[in-house]
Amino acid sequence: MADLYELTDVRLALPDMTRKPFLGAAPRTEILKGLSFSIGRGEILGIVGGSGSGKSTLGRCLVRLLEPTGGQIRFDGVDITHLDASQLRPLRRRFQMIFQDPMSSLNPRHKVGQLISAPLRLHGAHQPDRAAILALEQVGLPRSFADRYPHELSGGQRQRVGIARAIALKPEFILADEIVSGLDVSSQAQVLNLLDELVRDLGLTLAFISHDLSVIRRLCSRVLVLYKGEIVENAATADVFAAPKADYTRALLDAIPLPDPDQVWA
Amino acid sequence: MLDGRSLIKRRAGARLWLAGLWLGGLFAAALAAPLIAPQDPLAQDLFLGRMPPFWMAGAEPGYYLGTDSLGRDVLSRILYGARIAFLVAIVAGSLTCLIGAGLGLAAGFLRGWVDLAVSRLIDIWMAFPPVLFAILLIAVMGPGLFSIVLAIVVIDWTRFARVVRAEAMAQGAMDYVASAEVAGRSRLSTMIVEILPNVLPTIVVLLTLEMGIAVIVEAILSFVNLSISTDDPTWGGMIAEGRTSIHQAWWVIVFPLITLFLTVLSFSQLGEGLKDRFDPVLR
Repeated sequence: MADLYELTDVRLALPDMTRKPFLGAAPRTEILKGLSFSIGRGEILGIVGGSGSGKSTLGRCLVRLLEPTGGQIRFDGVDITHLDASQLRPLRRRFQMIFQDPMSSLNPRHKVGQLISAPLRLHGAHQPDRAAILALEQVGLPRSFADRYPHELSGGQRQRVGIARAIALKPEFILADEIVSGLDVSSQAQVLNLLDELVRDLGLTLAFISHDLSVIRRLCSRVLVLYKGEIVENAATADVFAAPKADYTRALLDAIPLPDPDQVWA
Repeated sequence: MLDGRSLIKRRAGARLWLAGLWLGGLFAAALAAPLIAPQDPLAQDLFLGRMPPFWMAGAEPGYYLGTDSLGRDVLSRILYGARIAFLVAIVAGSLTCLIGAGLGLAAGFLRGWVDLAVSRLIDIWMAFPPVLFAILLIAVMGPGLFSIVLAIVVIDWTRFARVVRAEAMAQGAMDYVASAEVAGRSRLSTMIVEILPNVLPTIVVLLTLEMGIAVIVEAILSFVNLSISTDDPTWGGMIAEGRTSIHQAWWVIVFPLITLFLTVLSFSQLGEGLKDRFDPVLR
């Protein structure tokens, strides 16, 4: 069976307004410099890199919030690189996204129930309200939360709502963009466990963006390491951790705090 | 779990109630003016000219706030004036809000050529001196209620457009907009369903402020005799009349002034109070 996502030489350049001369057009900065990789069905792919490496930009290209300026993205064999909004709409329910900051990605004026059922309604789902309650229960939140506003929830609960919103559409692919970086360690673990469980139960394909290799190691089967818009490593997680090929990956690995560091406190 | 936000409970309390009470009372009185006004607001009686209000010596029974130089009852004229003031406030305020906020929302969220067109229009508009513009407009169209409303709408829509545009831009950068796009919502639908509820508190505050401004503008225009016909009782017209006899009959100018002042103040306080109530994050 063909891979779910196939990317060939994907490029993205945006005008750099900070270097814009007084007259004339701004010079373009290449953010993604020709990325080629694929994501297999049912795979959990980790995408790591420092800030400014282009990992979030790549993610936003995958769900077509951004349009690449070059190359090709194929989703389930369909070229989605340059589809416009109306052509994308029927495909939208098949690839969803969970955002980094649920305080910003959940409309503060809508109740949790509405937040989850609105995408379902848009895609003409049968009984959207029931499906929303079901999704809430799938992420381990009581159905009474449907009547609450996002600001009434804790950070971990909000992120669960974000997950519920994404899975309610029963997509094939979910992009998770730094979804635990705003949470404390115990909520992180809970959300990661939940995500892991859901991906397995629902047979999802997941791309997990993070700057934290220990989180990636916990969750992902394969890792893509980005550095300044280029792929420096693309291998199974175990291989990357055992024998990193690129210098940058080694530097990232060295930056992980070990559970038992030198006993300086003793 | 707690996150400080739920602890902030701003009490809208006193000012919302006081403002609402004044405006509600005055509105009811304006509606019921034909029933409760003690005198005919237009009836002149030169024998009853410049009678003082009821607590002063020489007051005439039945003329509680005194009479003006033509013997017309000040209280009745204030009540009938309130009808015009409220009519202008509500009609002009809502129309201004609808047009200004609509253009501002579209410009701020849709950006592109819509923003370009609306922003240039605002720039051009703001270069006109507003009072002269209003006087010119009414001079051309002739005085009347319709002209006043039109003048207010034409001059003041930029107030809404500018603020709502800035607010919509800020909201447009939030992730919930991207989230709606991922969900497959169209731009137009996102603007109405996602953005509008978030700029609504701002719009409500502006609307109440605008109602206060509309009352003032109507008073100014009737003060310079550009409002509706001079016979009809308006607060601005009463103030203009009272000015000429301020040394002999202070009550002719003071009572309409107080009413005007309290009404405009109440509108602005109502806006602030409502904003607090409207915001679920602060509630």
